[in-house]
Amino acid sequence: MSKQSFAIGGVHPHDNKLARDCQTQVLPPAPTMYVSVAQHLGAPALPVVAVGDKVKVGQVLAGPGGFVSAYVHSPVSGTVKSIGPRPDLAGRPVTHIEIAVEGDEWMEGIDTSDRLITDIPVDNTAIIEQIHKAGVVGLGGATFPTHIKLSPPPGSKCERIIINGCECEPYLTSDYRVLLEKGEQVAVGAAIIAKVMGNVPCTIAIEENKPEAIAHMREVVAKLGYKTIEVMELKMRYPQGSEKQLIDAVMHRQVRSGGLPISVGAVVQNVGTALAVYEAVQKNKPLIDNTITVTGKCFPKQVNLQVRIGTPFSYIIDSLGGMPKEAAKVISGGPMMGKAVANLDATTLKGTSALLFLTEQETRRAPETACIRCGKCADACPMGLEPFLLQKLSRIADTEALEANAAQDCIECGCCLYSCPAHIPLLDIIRTGKGRALGAIKARAAAAKAAAEAANK
Amino acid sequence: MTNTVIWTIAIITVLGLLLALVLYLVAKKFKVEEDPRIDEVEKVMPGANCGGCGFAGCRAFSEAAVNSPDLEGIFCPVGGNDVMAKVASILGFEVKAKAPQVAVVRCNGTCEARPRVNEYDGFATCAVKAALYTGDTACAYGCLGCGDCVAACQFGALSMDPATGLPVVDEEKCTACGACVKACPKRIIELRPKGPRGMREVVSCMNKDKGPVAKKACANACIGCGLCEKTCTHAAITVEVNLAYIDPDKCKLCRECEAVCPTGAIHGVNFPKPLDKDAVKARIAERKKKAAEAAKAAAEAKAAEAALIAEAAKEDAHE
Repeated sequence: MSKQSFAIGGVHPHDNKLARDCQTQVLPPAPTMYVSVAQHLGAPALPVVAVGDKVKVGQVLAGPGGFVSAYVHSPVSGTVKSIGPRPDLAGRPVTHIEIAVEGDEWMEGIDTSDRLITDIPVDNTAIIEQIHKAGVVGLGGATFPTHIKLSPPPGSKCERIIINGCECEPYLTSDYRVLLEKGEQVAVGAAIIAKVMGNVPCTIAIEENKPEAIAHMREVVAKLGYKTIEVMELKMRYPQGSEKQLIDAVMHRQVRSGGLPISVGAVVQNVGTALAVYEAVQKNKPLIDNTITVTGKCFPKQVNLQVRIGTPFSYIIDSLGGMPKEAAKVISGGPMMGKAVANLDATTLKGTSALLFLTEQETRRAPETACIRCGKCADACPMGLEPFLLQKLSRIADTEALEANAAQDCIECGCCLYSCPAHIPLLDIIRTGKGRALGAIKARAAAAKAAAEAANK
Repeated sequence: MTNTVIWTIAIITVLGLLLALVLYLVAKKFKVEEDPRIDEVEKVMPGANCGGCGFAGCRAFSEAAVNSPDLEGIFCPVGGNDVMAKVASILGFEVKAKAPQVAVVRCNGTCEARPRVNEYDGFATCAVKAALYTGDTACAYGCLGCGDCVAACQFGALSMDPATGLPVVDEEKCTACGACVKACPKRIIELRPKGPRGMREVVSCMNKDKGPVAKKACANACIGCGLCEKTCTHAAITVEVNLAYIDPDKCKLCRECEAVCPTGAIHGVNFPKPLDKDAVKARIAERKKKAAEAAKAAAEAKAAEAALIAEAAKEDAHE
């Protein structure tokens, strides 16, 4: 069988999975942890603890601040020292809850043993409530609250669950290690998600550069006797781990502009999310830690670390031997879509996947030259957009034309920028245009809503 | 040969006349009635088409002005009071003269005062930089230094000063069209009244962080200490969210705030003489002393009066 992939665009960066053979290590919590209340898409969570409170591991620190929001739990036990703004990795002030760590006392009822529990609860509503209470969010990057994704709007029908194990970003190996080391838990998590969505078939999608993970997962699924879960080997191509591209690769269906995956009958969950769902439902353990890759050619150690959420980056770096001299840039996430870290005192979030160190030579941008209209960016765009045109429209801030040319559909994967021989920072420029187009769409929707309300009165 | 020429001329002449007739009739039939005052107003406009008034250009402004019942909210910042007076006379209105304005950069985080904590290597525009993070200094509110305001200015009134890394406004050229205000993602440029002979006092900082944080990020930052607010005798200064703001309408240009500001965040511009801080401080101290003495005297008088009353009451009780 030939390996599948998405239909248009994409690039093929060198995968540089330096940390692939490194067993996941557990990093003990830092002496002081800072837990952000904005770790998910949507409204920030509202703190429910006060300064001076004693908290245990797994205790709720903050409750949902709106419909699209999530619980935030304490990753450590100790005393709440302060609640207030603290700069995040981009330097923007975000409310953090500071906890001075004392011991490691867990909330009662959390199963911390390694015992695999395969019996899935019967009641779907209870499962979703449990996922909600555990603060599980999508760990593929977007951090969309999982309980909402698993409660599709009435009228829509899910036909297939896709567990995203592509990890198409170069350098990242955390999902790969999770598949190898906690494959059983991921498979049970996938089965839980598939059951909640109405016992639909499930595909665990893994790229071909991870043959060990593919073999292991096939073995695990066979051992656990899941007939409706299949493991699919995909061609290696970036950005395959993007939701819409993955649906195209696995199901050959295209989500239309502005549509949700459920509109084509698909629900995509990351490997890390499946594991978090397993831990929430079977072990009653909220989302308080995740696996991150700490890597880079200039970094002396390549490691996969299981860290508690809220660990300062500087603590992780210091505990691994300090910042390498040659490192010029630290990125939270992969090299393609990750964010440069402007503030090393920022802390890990639920969605943090990696800390990547790049040297001056690796990160320095070549000077921009004129567009030679070669069309490579248009070939590379997995959304079928025309980046050369969008960047021009972004520069002149033509909002109408940007919207007409679907700037709002840009997934910011960076394929255009990666492929541009003139070194034009296409994505940087298009991102501002995308913001304009989205702003115009939102403003229109708000105006339409206000008009409808006025008409009703 | 001659015949051909004559025929050609004749045919073309007849054709021309016929088409002219058609055009004349069509123009008559489909004539668009337009207020002739629109053209008149457009003639007196500066013709910069900068959009500073909020309309698409000078023509759109003219149409809006003609259709407006009282010229309320319609002002050409480039032409200023002169142009507005002409527009008003064409339309038969009277306009109140508006104080001429100028763009003011409210950041004085120079390269020395505001050390860099990281290096920005992305696309060099403020819009892109602001979308990515808070900037290459520890101040999350200050100038990003990529010059979007300079690019937005159609009048060449803005330039980046390489020594400070901050934009400089050429007051002669600035028309207060507001393009830079819209272009700045940090919103640090403000349109303020030019002031008498250009003199004005400005808090040149937008940092809303608490004092120690702001001070650590930038030596010139407003730390929200409130000293200026307490000193000001005209109630022109308000401190909100750790940041002082001088109301230009209330400011009497006494420069006392500038003298007491511990970080130098308050700037006085276009004053004929440099500020003698010690003299102003002495003046403030003198005034405070006098006020304290007056208060003391008042308190003593009150106490004496109270004592008298008490004595009188005592005597009343005795009787």
